[in-house]
Amino acid sequence: MTLREMIDRLLGRQQASATTAKHRLQLVLAHDRSDLNPDLMEQMRREILEVVNRYVELDLEGGDVSLETEERATALVANLPIRRVRDDVLPQVPAVQ
Amino acid sequence: MTGSSTRTILICSGKGGVGKTTLTANLGIALASQGVRTAVLDADFGLRNLDLLLGLENRIVYTAQEVLAGNCRLEQAMVKHKLQPNLALLPAGNPRMLEWLKPEDMQKIVGLIQPHFDVVLIDAPAGIEDGFKNAAAAADEAIVVTTPEVSAVRDADRVIGLLNTRGVEPIQLVLNRVRPKMMQSQEMLGVTDVTDILALPLLGLVFEDEQVIVSTNRGEPLTLNGSSSPAAIAYRNVAKRLQGEEVPLPDPTKQRRGLRAKMRQLMQTKLF
Repeated sequence: MTLREMIDRLLGRQQASATTAKHRLQLVLAHDRSDLNPDLMEQMRREILEVVNRYVELDLEGGDVSLETEERATALVANLPIRRVRDDVLPQVPAVQ
Repeated sequence: MTGSSTRTILICSGKGGVGKTTLTANLGIALASQGVRTAVLDADFGLRNLDLLLGLENRIVYTAQEVLAGNCRLEQAMVKHKLQPNLALLPAGNPRMLEWLKPEDMQKIVGLIQPHFDVVLIDAPAGIEDGFKNAAAAADEAIVVTTPEVSAVRDADRVIGLLNTRGVEPIQLVLNRVRPKMMQSQEMLGVTDVTDILALPLLGLVFEDEQVIVSTNRGEPLTLNGSSSPAAIAYRNVAKRLQGEEVPLPDPTKQRRGLRAKMRQLMQTKLF
């Protein structure tokens, strides 16, 4: 914080417009930069569902995978309703490279 | 992209009207007068203007279009500047070129130009669509032009992302149309605000300068006639830095001496 910002805050004044500009830019760029194009997003969604579907039976209609940006962090949010756990899944030994 | 020693530099910004073409014209002339054989290529086929800023609009016979179609030789299309023979322009063709031009076409044109020049500057169109992608396909490195305004910085960020995925490197920044007084009173994004956000090295800092408009009116770039206006000096320094010479950047917050300037600086001192 600079002296100017401090004084502005103490006096309850509006901050300098350059400061506002910087904060607004940082927010909008965080969102822009995390923006996956729709094709990639769809591909990722399908692959995630495929993997999860191996272990549990999913309600594929109700599934939803999206990117959500709040404040400065972007999160991948998946909402996948499970019908039942598959009982035919064998525990896999991790492949040795 | 190519094995030759010619540097092919894309000049782009995303947003229109921030000074891409003005920088291309002035940097081209500045490099040429510093002894560098320079070609400037107008890749803004839709809205070409580089010819006008260089004052070469009446000397165009053939364009990139005829060169690609094989209707003329490259030397016939390149327009050499009379006062600065180290500089030549390859004019943009008909706007209808946009319908069929492919990245490979741009690479072909640049491939033809490269053997005859040390530096090729490509003036990219605004936007991030096909026109920009075609122009970027032929470039090894890039100069991103922006102004200290939110829209210009945001668009520059988009363009930088696209250049990164295309492996264009290095990418350097020219901050254009800086108003020192507004920066001093913190009513304009500061230089480090912009460089921090875009995370690019700063190649040049150009102050807002009315002489730029005068020179555009005449079709004589500021760097052509030894002008000592702030923008002319800034463009010449960009040319020098591009060749590896170390030239200090001006500090917009220290443009005026005196009590008021000192007060302003005190107000901007970081407390924590």
